[in-house]
Amino acid sequence: MNFMGATVTTARNEEKIWGGGNEPMQSSYGKLMMWFFIVSDALTFTGFLAAYGLSRFKFIEAWPLPDEVFNHFPFMHGVNAPMYYVALMTFILIFSSVTMVLAVDAGHQLKKDKVAVYMFLTIIGGLIFVGSQAWEWKNFIKGEYGAIETKGGSILQFVDITGKRVKLEDFALVLAEDRIQHTASNGIWFSSEGPLPSFSVNEVQAGFAANPNILIRTEVLYEATDATKADKTLHPTLNVKEKHKSILTREASTAMLAKAQYVVEGANLERNEYGTRLFANFFFFITGFHGFHVITGILINIIIFFNVILGTYEKRRSYEMVEKVGLYWHFVDLVWVFVFTFFYLV
Amino acid sequence: MAQEHASNGTKRIWNVFILLSAVTLVEVILGIFKPEVLYHNSFLAMNLLNWIFILLTIYKAYYIVWAFMHIEGEESSLKNAVVVPLVFLVLYLMFILLIEGDYIYDVFRDSTIKWNF
Repeated sequence: MNFMGATVTTARNEEKIWGGGNEPMQSSYGKLMMWFFIVSDALTFTGFLAAYGLSRFKFIEAWPLPDEVFNHFPFMHGVNAPMYYVALMTFILIFSSVTMVLAVDAGHQLKKDKVAVYMFLTIIGGLIFVGSQAWEWKNFIKGEYGAIETKGGSILQFVDITGKRVKLEDFALVLAEDRIQHTASNGIWFSSEGPLPSFSVNEVQAGFAANPNILIRTEVLYEATDATKADKTLHPTLNVKEKHKSILTREASTAMLAKAQYVVEGANLERNEYGTRLFANFFFFITGFHGFHVITGILINIIIFFNVILGTYEKRRSYEMVEKVGLYWHFVDLVWVFVFTFFYLV
Repeated sequence: MAQEHASNGTKRIWNVFILLSAVTLVEVILGIFKPEVLYHNSFLAMNLLNWIFILLTIYKAYYIVWAFMHIEGEESSLKNAVVVPLVFLVLYLMFILLIEGDYIYDVFRDSTIKWNF
């Protein structure tokens, strides 16, 4: 009386499907659980991305522009290459997804060698992706131009009179100062600080005063409204492009710089030279979480790869394990597609 | 022997790969060049360029889940168990949080609270 059919007919009796003793969704336990895990993990990432959306909307005018931040390309030092490298990373991950599907397909045909080759390519693709992400992190943490954080928490960046970005080291003076890093052994024993930035606030302010061709660029996105046209602190000619950051006049820049509190170089979990503090924090958290999923995916793929070579699934006459692991890998790719869109494109 | 295994399954896989790569290429090109007509016009408080990105991303997601994760071959009860909660919960969460974020932005801009809200 048990309904053990593997075919689907429209006349299946409700009670026979859900009455017990069979697979109601025509799927094995392992595969079903992998699907449900993917649903829950997808919701976790949704929560993170939704939090990112909330924070970004809170500070929508001050959020950094991605193609000004992510513009490095390997072996092309100093070249402004916005978005190219992250596009390459996306291709690599999609390609590794394709090799994974081909491995699953070969598994259905019980072709052990093909499965092994495609799984190996998937692992390599995953490793290249993780390596690339680590390289992006390195560039992000190191920073390029440097910035000032004011007492109010805004980030000030510097441009020259043509509107081109200027590095702190290009204009900051080196003064004779004896501020050194406070560690537990050379100051108050119960507190310490991280390494000091390359320049102090005084050095940056002195360099700015000595060089009349430097202007300040604020975090705020410029929009040509009546209010901004009447605003005397905004530079009259340089604020040409909408949806770019505002550039101030020399007088307004000097006034803003007087409120400087920190020199910010690169990025960490607290502050970053690109803009609002939350930007770097979310970047590390979400791409880090995704990278963690990629790393565990690579590890699991390696284990399954060895099992394929050892013939474990050949003996079982089923490569369903490859399929289950493939589901996880595709989920990782899927999350990346969304992270890529919301962090880099939108 | 090596050439003749472009079975129906593998052919479809490569076709989907080409489709996903093409869509990604389009997204990246639009992201780099940001055509004025799309970037400066809005629909429902978001510019058209962002709408295109989000719709293309959902299109890619559909193909990854349908073809690569092979959910097209599964029972409809499994399909629904996966897709329906995600669609409903994701849309609901995004709706609430983006509206709240926008509201807090307005509070920061117009009233006296500037931080930590």
